[in-house]
Amino acid sequence: MQARKKYVLLGLCACCWLLLFYWGGGVQVRLLKLLGQQRGDVVRPWPDWTDRVLLPGYAQLEELQTGPGSAESPRQRHQAWTGIYKDSRCRMETCFDFTRCRRRGRDGFRVYVYPSEKGERGSESYRKILTSIGESRYYTTDPREACLFVLGIDTLDRDQLSGQFVPNLDDRIKGYPLWNEGRNHLIFNLYSGTWPNYTEDLGFNIGQAILAKASLNTEHFRPGFDVSIPLFSKDHPQKGGERGWLVRNTVPPRRKYLLMFKGKRYLTGIGSDTRNALHHIHNGKDIVSLTTCRHGKDWEKHKDARCDHDNLEYERFDYQELLHNSTFCLVPRGRRLGSFRFLESLQAACIPVLLSNGWELPFSDVIQWNQAVIEGDERLLLQVPSTVHAVGHERVLALRQRTQMLWDAYFSSVDKIVLTTLEIIKDRVFSHVSRNKYMWNALPGGLLVLPEYSTHLAHFPFYYLSLGVSPGQEFTAIIHAVSPLVSQSQPIMKLLQVVSKSKYCSQIIILWNSEKPLPPRSKWPPMPVPLTVTDGRRKTSSRFLPNVAIETEAVLSLDEDTVLLTSEVNFAFLVWMSFPERIVGYPPRSHFWDPVKNAWGYTSKWTNEYSIVLTGAAFYHRYYHYLFSHYLPPSLRALVDRTSNCEDILMNFLVSAVTHLPPIKVAQRKQYKELPSPQGTKMSAPWANPEHFAQRQECVNSFASWFGYMPLVHSQFRLDPLLFKDQVSVLRKKYKDLERA
Amino acid sequence: RQCVNGPGAIMCASGKYSSRGPALIPRMKTKHRIYYITLFSVVLLGLIATGMFQFWPHSIESTADWGLDRRSVHDAPLIRLPVANPIPERGDLSCRMHTCFDVYRCGYNPKNRIKVYIYPLQRFVDEVGVPISSTGLSREYNDLLSAISDSEFYTDDVTRACLFVPSIDVLNQNSLRIRETAQALAMLPRWDKGMNHLLFNMLPGGPPDYNTALDVPRDRALLAGGGFSTWTYRQGYDVSIPVYSPLSADVELPERQPGPRRYFILSSQTAIHREYRAELERLKEENGEALLLLDKCSNLSQGVASARKRCYKGQVFDYPQILQESSFCVVLRGARLGQATLSDVLQAGCVPVILADSYILPFSEVLDWKRASVVIPEEKLPEMYTILKSIPHRQVEEMQRQARWFWDAYFSSMKAIGMTTLQIINDRIYPYAARTYEQWNNPPLVKWSSVNSPLFLPLIPPRSPGFTAVVLTYDRIESLFRVITEISKVPSLAKLLVVWNNQNKSPPEDSLWPKIAAPLKVVRTKENKLSNRFFPYDEIETEAVLAIDDDIIMLTSDELQFGYEVWREFPDRLVGYPGRLHLWDHEMGKWKYESEWTNEVSMVLTGAAFYHKYFNYLYTYKMPGDIKNWVDAHMNCEDIAMNFLVANITGKAPIKVTPRKKFKCPECTAIDGLSLDQTHMVERSECINKFASVFGTMPLKVVEHRADPVLYKDDFPEKLKSFPNIGSL
Repeated sequence: MQARKKYVLLGLCACCWLLLFYWGGGVQVRLLKLLGQQRGDVVRPWPDWTDRVLLPGYAQLEELQTGPGSAESPRQRHQAWTGIYKDSRCRMETCFDFTRCRRRGRDGFRVYVYPSEKGERGSESYRKILTSIGESRYYTTDPREACLFVLGIDTLDRDQLSGQFVPNLDDRIKGYPLWNEGRNHLIFNLYSGTWPNYTEDLGFNIGQAILAKASLNTEHFRPGFDVSIPLFSKDHPQKGGERGWLVRNTVPPRRKYLLMFKGKRYLTGIGSDTRNALHHIHNGKDIVSLTTCRHGKDWEKHKDARCDHDNLEYERFDYQELLHNSTFCLVPRGRRLGSFRFLESLQAACIPVLLSNGWELPFSDVIQWNQAVIEGDERLLLQVPSTVHAVGHERVLALRQRTQMLWDAYFSSVDKIVLTTLEIIKDRVFSHVSRNKYMWNALPGGLLVLPEYSTHLAHFPFYYLSLGVSPGQEFTAIIHAVSPLVSQSQPIMKLLQVVSKSKYCSQIIILWNSEKPLPPRSKWPPMPVPLTVTDGRRKTSSRFLPNVAIETEAVLSLDEDTVLLTSEVNFAFLVWMSFPERIVGYPPRSHFWDPVKNAWGYTSKWTNEYSIVLTGAAFYHRYYHYLFSHYLPPSLRALVDRTSNCEDILMNFLVSAVTHLPPIKVAQRKQYKELPSPQGTKMSAPWANPEHFAQRQECVNSFASWFGYMPLVHSQFRLDPLLFKDQVSVLRKKYKDLERA
Repeated sequence: RQCVNGPGAIMCASGKYSSRGPALIPRMKTKHRIYYITLFSVVLLGLIATGMFQFWPHSIESTADWGLDRRSVHDAPLIRLPVANPIPERGDLSCRMHTCFDVYRCGYNPKNRIKVYIYPLQRFVDEVGVPISSTGLSREYNDLLSAISDSEFYTDDVTRACLFVPSIDVLNQNSLRIRETAQALAMLPRWDKGMNHLLFNMLPGGPPDYNTALDVPRDRALLAGGGFSTWTYRQGYDVSIPVYSPLSADVELPERQPGPRRYFILSSQTAIHREYRAELERLKEENGEALLLLDKCSNLSQGVASARKRCYKGQVFDYPQILQESSFCVVLRGARLGQATLSDVLQAGCVPVILADSYILPFSEVLDWKRASVVIPEEKLPEMYTILKSIPHRQVEEMQRQARWFWDAYFSSMKAIGMTTLQIINDRIYPYAARTYEQWNNPPLVKWSSVNSPLFLPLIPPRSPGFTAVVLTYDRIESLFRVITEISKVPSLAKLLVVWNNQNKSPPEDSLWPKIAAPLKVVRTKENKLSNRFFPYDEIETEAVLAIDDDIIMLTSDELQFGYEVWREFPDRLVGYPGRLHLWDHEMGKWKYESEWTNEVSMVLTGAAFYHKYFNYLYTYKMPGDIKNWVDAHMNCEDIAMNFLVANITGKAPIKVTPRKKFKCPECTAIDGLSLDQTHMVERSECINKFASVFGTMPLKVVEHRADPVLYKDDFPEKLKSFPNIGSL
């Protein structure tokens, strides 16, 4: 009964609605239209023409494909261009002489620095720049083989009022026989123009020279030709450089202050529009924007009503403290477009909020700045607080980490700034062998990615995760042989057996570094994998030469007397697969700071932490071979060859400098090189020699001085197989061999 | 103490619905029943009404606007241009966003999206009635405008617009009368020196010198142009767009698997300068079959579209299909820099070899062409073969994939071109909301399989200020106090947070708690939910969090301290003690949970694990799908969910530390029995399957290693080891 009632009621209602729908359509339509209009976007304003299909195409296929044939020959055009597009319209195609850079790769890109004249001492910054070039791998002393020329005269400060200003530049430059209207010349500059307008004028004619300049204006910037560099102070370190201040990713990522600025307020002149308005956003709570009028000689002349109050407030806050405690830092233009503040906030992981219209950001060719800074607009200063408020936690976290990545990769030292400039130009000269944008913007940064090795991302150890691929499941073993082949029971024979039995091993290369000539192929045992013997020319560094025979991404580097088990090799390789950018090896060593000697120490003692794993038995990516041979300076490799030592330490330095992480030690059955080396080798074990040890100590110090800092990092753990030495049945263990004594 | 303050309050409030559901139908009084029936009917009606709204508005509108909308292009109003009408100035080469663009029109808006207005169509004629353009509105421009008007950028309110798009078609300069077109532009009601106006042009210049930008004087208008050279392109102001190939719409080329092709290099252009053709012929002589040089067909029968055929020595090939047969395709400059061929080549998944000095590649502001093409200076044409041969196969394959992706996303239609242009301008105006390199450049497949960890910087945080231990407890006070006492011995403990998950019982009085050196805080929750353990409490002030159950009393201080040290080296991973594994059950065809002692691990239980506080945020606010509710409803698997979440976002395996196997206290075995229960295991397996389906993939990574102290079980004096008390079972 009740149910029927219910259904009747329901049916009635439905009927009502249907009736309303059929006869009262007008009401509904009006109702729906009303709602529809509120949504607004539904209105379709560009009409759907009835004759749409009849509309003509914008161009005939013929016209698009055949195009107008141009009568002008390409060669003529090129010549005509050189005449038209010069000076302020310079491009690489028209103002750069590629024939000077004929040879391929690094050899084709040589940089010559003019000798500076006697008695002339350029500014400290310029001396640092020249030192950086001099120490770089592109430097040449022979102008004939140079592709790029750098002036010996200091051109950093072209402000006529400055003490560093060098007069009569035009005349002096014209005296250079190789000047050639500035073709293939690189001119560094930090300050141009002078009071009151601070124009881009350098006070001399740079002709067709490439300009590497701070505070470049987009209007004067010749895209693809000039390089915008950051403004850096004379105290900027030559090399190494302090790391960024970010040591941890706190969450929530907001700091005490949201936004801060502390600096001069210009009452007049260029740049005053912005600087004079900054105080408006100060609220004394989360936004601190402090300005002072007290600068210059006659500030009191221009003084206005705010000055006294502002100056007082200005003194209350400490700039360094604000840098540490602020999420965002305003980086407004000064008189010039760039300012020291930019690098300061980048280092401090205080996300820069740029207010500098028309500034061509440093290395803008290659760096994606919108992922590291907030690009504001001077005209919209008052919107800045709400803009930065709206930046979400996740984005703050990402921006902040990116500031650190960029600082560390390109800005922390003069060396890096100069090298980045050179590499950018080199990428333009050899455009088909150059880094793509991703390489420049992902860790570890473009300077450590050498395009001559490969331009393919998957060939490098750094990008596997971001490409969604994993390294290949095979490795190449390289055995470093120094003792002659005398018996079949030699350690190297055993090692060959052990390694070749690994299912991940795809090939074995023996690097023959013995005094004796290469033994014939028949002397080696038959192998399940291809075996190659190459001549190392008795150089210790040759073990890290980028051998073209290496076809796998993973390399297992071995000393001939290493004692290993196949299962140890397998386990270590699987660990490497999880950490392809690091060295994964067995015997650990450590470095430490010796306050007595005021130098770095090296120890092979058993300690609770380690920072080096010996490459006598270690896995790493083959790219490190290339870096070792092409990124490191010849001087360090020469040191390694001279002493026949330290190549493993140098490799550890290199990899840690790239990754900022320690190597990884894995479990090992035996203590490495504990036993005296077996009979049959005449040479006494080098590690038994105390001099050998002192040498290694020295190496650590000379490497640290070349890197400009100590890249090695300590680690406190080692990786063992999951059931290692557990009290479970041996049958359950995959790597049971490792536990046998 | 009430609930947690701050964001905690939201969490507490959010779960009140749970016990109301099932009590709807049974046993109500009759008058109530009537009431319910009415209510039900009203709801039903509402549903029907909503349904109507879903399907109706279009048809209703089209009936209402029928007369207006179904119009012909020829119905557009005719405007006669007086001869004396002003002509805009030629484009200013120094224009940049901050000098020639009025940002105030765009303003600040929460969506960070620009608003674009399209002028209604008008037909402009000069004094004597000759139209300014020989084609009028072209099909392509019409497509572009309707795409914009359908997009979210569109506004019909001219006062709110940030960008104005004229309806005057200037795609092809050849069909335009330059002077009159300029006059027409100047007549636009909001022209205002071209400020914030956007013109689309694909074929610029005219004979003999073929300027690389549109010749129509246009004041400060932005130009989206095909074929810009570096001298006419105003970087950061203009947008370089592709020359649309109408073949894109006519021909369907299915995507081919990347890999080696029949030809290595193919040249399909017909208008190549004879010097370059000679150069190509020479390359062909040197390298033979690897090169295919196509040209126009001279003797085609009538009625065959010559644009769709190419010939080589009398052999006829279909164009653009033939492009798919080559690894590399040459795109040489003609009189113009921009070539429609580029679009065809990309569509075919052939890697373009671009030889056009000074050419600004389409959308080069955001697209990384080095990953999809090879750009060679014209001068190096003779070296082309060697250069291309030096590229590794795998890279060529990636480039082929990338080339096709660029076409799919940015070249395939006028809509794609228009939307990309607007997005680029949008990114300039709201740079802080700009799309990233990965968003622009990664094909969907890579986007799907790659990970970009939010904690990507390699940092090893300093030891201080230590970690915060978060203990989730219900009522096992005795065991809880023992856990607290044990944890308090760990040197790096910064704070202890007890999450009191029992609403029926108050936590013990302050005086009863163990006295420990580190601060101890108790938070009470509103509901007994497992996800409370992963809430990002404000009380957690450290980066590192130790999640620990109230019955894990076996972990020694050394073990915990060591775990923290390991976490410092892996701050983006879960670092925990008991490890678990997921397995693929071939018989059942689904995932299985494994808690046996195995040689592999893919999860660590959060009954005792260190992790970054950031993951608390992710767990609470960013957990995909309904996983969070599932966990709370089942009172299980919160740890599995956390493992999925972390592995999915970082692409990395967790780290298991120390060999310890026994974790629970002996007297807790009664409860421990639960976790050995068969049904419990089944439920955990179910969780894995459920989560894998929500994530759409199995993010967990299997590894075979665990972390031990460097000298663990080494023959070395125990007292000299940093962490001697580790691994006793």
